[in-house]
Parts: sequence; structure tokens; C-alpha cells
Amino acid sequence: MATTSSLEGPTPPAQSKSWTLRLRQAIDRHLPMDHLLPDRQPYYVGSWVYVFGVVTIAALVWVVVSGIVLAFFGPQWWHDSRVGRFFNSLHFWSVQLFFIFMVLHLWGQYFMAGWRSGRAATWMIGVVIFAVSILTAFTGYLSQQNFDAQFIAINAKDAMNAAGIGVFFNVLNFGQMYGLHIMLLPIGVTILVVLHIVMVRTRGVVKPIDPEGGVRP
Amino acid sequence: MDTPTTYFHWGFILISVSNLLVIGGMVVLFAIALVAPFPHPKGADDGDNK
Repeated sequence: MATTSSLEGPTPPAQSKSWTLRLRQAIDRHLPMDHLLPDRQPYYVGSWVYVFGVVTIAALVWVVVSGIVLAFFGPQWWHDSRVGRFFNSLHFWSVQLFFIFMVLHLWGQYFMAGWRSGRAATWMIGVVIFAVSILTAFTGYLSQQNFDAQFIAINAKDAMNAAGIGVFFNVLNFGQMYGLHIMLLPIGVTILVVLHIVMVRTRGVVKPIDPEGGVRP
Repeated sequence: MDTPTTYFHWGFILISVSNLLVIGGMVVLFAIALVAPFPHPKGADDGDNK
């Protein structure tokens, strides 16, 4: 039985015409498994400041799981039934924790200048995640199907119209806001978060500024 | 829930007390994270920077 290695041979991978082979080799080169799932970390990672990022991810998991349950059963269930109200609250409070720990993670990375040594793209993707998350939360407030959602929508519509985006982002249109909130925006946040984590694992955690015996990168 | 919330007003700063408490709690949590000792497994060595 032929193996893949016998097909590859000792030739340099860049000369291969197979895009799957080139892609696999690029992944192996840039993101080997010992970087993706490390069992050791540098000594300076031993601080609670580095925990904020992973707590944000944990909160996001709860947001997504509770959101899937809410989407499955619908607005009447999450308002009328006790279990529905529980999942509604679970969704709301996990969002609060998501934002709180995302901002704490942002503070930590800001003060340690986490964009150093080729990590600017990682930082910028984090900024985009923050912006898309705010939009996701906003459409979530508009999707509650209660007076609060109506109040927010009616007050927000003038701002949207004044900004010139009201024609394709109609906050009074529940179907549009709900679709954005449970489909497009969560997929966007999730993809960006995965990309953010992969980039962190590729470059590693940024070194502290002027570590003992070290040099400024 | 149907009563107006309380606001903290100091000069040009105007913020609801509940939002102020959340931000204050975040600052306190950040400070604790900086100084609180982090548990290290015994005999742990330094990993590489990846």
C-alpha cells in the first residue's frame, strides 16, 4: 500500500503542484501541534493577567451554547417558561462576563504592548473582534422581543439614519436584527476568535518589557 | 425596575452608579491579577516562547 511519504519523496515542498500538499506542509511549518497545544509555557506566563483571555473564550462558549438553546425554542419560550427565562438570563450574564473579561484582557495586552515583535495583526484582529462583538450585542438587545428592545430600536433609528446606514441596517426590522444576531455576526466573531488564537499560538505569548537578563525586542 | 436609576455626577463626568460599580470592580480585579501569586506546579521548567 502506497504511503503519502513515498509520494512526497525528499524533494522540497515548495515545488509541489498539489495545493493540498502545499497547504498541509505550510500548516506543519507554521503551526506544529506542539505550538497549538503546548504543555509548557514560558515562566512569565505564570500570572493571573494571562488568564483573562481564556476566561473570555469560556464566556463565549457559554454565550454560544445558551444562544443555540434560545434560538431553538424561540421568543415566547424565553419569556414565558421558567427554564426559558433561565437560559435567557444565562445568555445575558455570560455576555456580561464576555465583555468584562475581554476588556480586562485588552487592558493587560495594552500595558504589556502585546503588539510587539510581529504581533500587530493579532492585536488588530482583537480590535475587530471587540467591534463586531459590540454590534452583535447591540442586535441582541434589539432581538429581545420586549419593550426594552422597542425602546432601543426607536431611539437608535435616528442615529442609524443620520449615519446613512439606516437603508440597509434597519433597527426596527426584527427579522433583520435577529438574523444578524444569531447567524452572521456570531459566525464572524467565532471565526475571528479562532484566527486570533491561532495567531497567538503561532507567535507565542509576547515577552514582558525588559525582562530580567533580556533585551527589549 | 421601573424607577429611574441613580447617577454619579462629578463635573463633566456623568455615569450611572451601576456602571461605575462594574468599572470599579474591573479595576480592582485587574489589580488583584497583577499582584496575586500564581500557582506553579512543583518542578516546572520554562517552556519555549510558543
